[in-house]
Amino acid sequence: MEAVFAVVVGIFFTAAIYLMLSRYSIRIMLGIAILGNAVNLLLFTAGRVTPEVLPIIQKGVATLDLAAANPLPQALILTAIVISFSFLAFLLVLTYRAYQALKTDDTDEMRLAEPEERPLPPLGY
Amino acid sequence: MGHWLVISPIVLCIGLGALLLMLRNRTEWQAAVAIPGLVLLVLIDAALLYRVASDGAVTMVMGRWLPPFGIAFTVDIFGALMALTAAVVALAASFYSLSEITGSSRRYGFFPFLMLLLAGVSGAFLTGDVFNLYVWFEVLLISSFGLLILGSEPEQIDGALKYAVLNLIATTLFLVSVGYLYAVFGTLNMADIAVKVRAGDSNAPLMTLAGLFLLAFGMKAAAFPVNFWLPASYHTPRITVSALFAGLLTKVGIYALIRILVMLLPVERAGLGPLVTIIAIVTMLVGVMGALGANDIRRMLGYIVISGIGTMLAGVALGSVDGLSGTIFYALHSMVLMTALYLIAGQAAHLGGGFSLTVLGGLYRQNGWFAGLSLVLFFAISGLPPFSGFWPKVVLVKAAFAAGAWWLAAAILLVGFLTTIVFGRVFLLAYWRSAAASATAERMKWHATLPLLGLTLLVVGFGLFPEWLLRLTHAAALGLEQPTAYLQSVFPAAGGAQ
Repeated sequence: MEAVFAVVVGIFFTAAIYLMLSRYSIRIMLGIAILGNAVNLLLFTAGRVTPEVLPIIQKGVATLDLAAANPLPQALILTAIVISFSFLAFLLVLTYRAYQALKTDDTDEMRLAEPEERPLPPLGY
Repeated sequence: MGHWLVISPIVLCIGLGALLLMLRNRTEWQAAVAIPGLVLLVLIDAALLYRVASDGAVTMVMGRWLPPFGIAFTVDIFGALMALTAAVVALAASFYSLSEITGSSRRYGFFPFLMLLLAGVSGAFLTGDVFNLYVWFEVLLISSFGLLILGSEPEQIDGALKYAVLNLIATTLFLVSVGYLYAVFGTLNMADIAVKVRAGDSNAPLMTLAGLFLLAFGMKAAAFPVNFWLPASYHTPRITVSALFAGLLTKVGIYALIRILVMLLPVERAGLGPLVTIIAIVTMLVGVMGALGANDIRRMLGYIVISGIGTMLAGVALGSVDGLSGTIFYALHSMVLMTALYLIAGQAAHLGGGFSLTVLGGLYRQNGWFAGLSLVLFFAISGLPPFSGFWPKVVLVKAAFAAGAWWLAAAILLVGFLTTIVFGRVFLLAYWRSAAASATAERMKWHATLPLLGLTLLVVGFGLFPEWLLRLTHAAALGLEQPTAYLQSVFPAAGGAQ
């Protein structure tokens, strides 16, 4: 099970990085959405995926069965999902506003804050 | 075990943030709530520093879930020093905001975002749990987005988009590293990890992990080659916001880098040392070269922030107690000074009618006191005595020579020289050159004078009486190198070991 998930995580990361390298802001956003999910899936897989064993310490044993899934990474992901979801919502609005204000979704043309032709500081006194 | 002082800066900030959010439309009340709140925050952080400096590290656990299971907040001298300086900087910036951020910008939520930003920053400095550190990073990141686009001008949206995407990728990388850290050690408590690392015998790929952390925090701190988001965005928001960001945000990255690499993964830090040395030197040079080529003084200051990050990384690269002590001193000095310099830039534009060096002129004749204040700060950033920039550079250069890294010492001195040229030119053009057509008949308001005077006094004080701060930063660096006190405060019964 984990091996399959590991491959899926790899595919997710590849797709995310490929999309984020694009010039177009909407593709970058899609890349970020996939990246967030890739990380969550990575943490989930790292905590073992074993639905067969209950993560409850059995009677008469001091520790948890080693094959049981670790619940802590799942708690971490829950936090991370909420955070990445809210960030994505903000970023999508920001991208849309950028498209409205700058009339482009091509990051190469977003030069308002850093104009291509910048004056040099005065060279003489 | 539970000490309320540890958590109170964060509780105060979140509480005030929520209160101010409710007072969103009562713009005249907001400052009256926020500024006394920030004064209280400074007092609490000072009390915390006093306690930590006299009694050693303090730990507080949430809900009696004892470490390593519950989330622990552990404060040592390093964290308390950074938190106190952050609070002071925020107080100065909030005074300055009274003249700059009014009406609609306050309705957009300047003060609530400021409070939540401070909650994130204080939380990052005070927490003793790696995942909790990630959460505070996200808190400060989302509030910094809000501050960055205050005003919704097209330049701000352009800058914010680049800032937001790159910083979000950096925190996501941090989250990946946290996941791997948990997979290796089975714990997220910093003290517990430090114990397990020092116990050794781990075949885990810790070097890769340290590299990931270096990339993630390097991106947050704007170290070369992942520094380009900073000059793209820091000149777009209101000057108060730029000043806050320059004072607080990149330093949180440096703090986290030191905390993780030096305290948790010392062996791997030593292995990465040569790489960090190169990054430090290139960051310093790239920063100062960018500053030499910039015409807009806000952009110039953005590059100077980057150059300062390079100087701080020099101490991380050395890793000795002296080097780290220099880095911590430099970080404190840089927090105060960069905020002050951005406020100076704001006032220069207020008096001279623009941010561009081609336009500014005649500031010396217009207001001699302001020129004198600026000159003190320019000397301090160049590292000239008797101001605050001098001592950390002395400590760093000495530590570099002690480690035999003469090229690092040479780079620090060269960058100091180039910075002197940068600011000498600013003084020549903007202050001494005869007045430009754009000069206004404006006067400085007390909201602007007061924080500038306060920060300058701190800069002069750090420079004239460095002994107590040197002692504190030395103790802080020692506490990172040998975190016995830190461990003992988290695991009191076991005498520092689990």
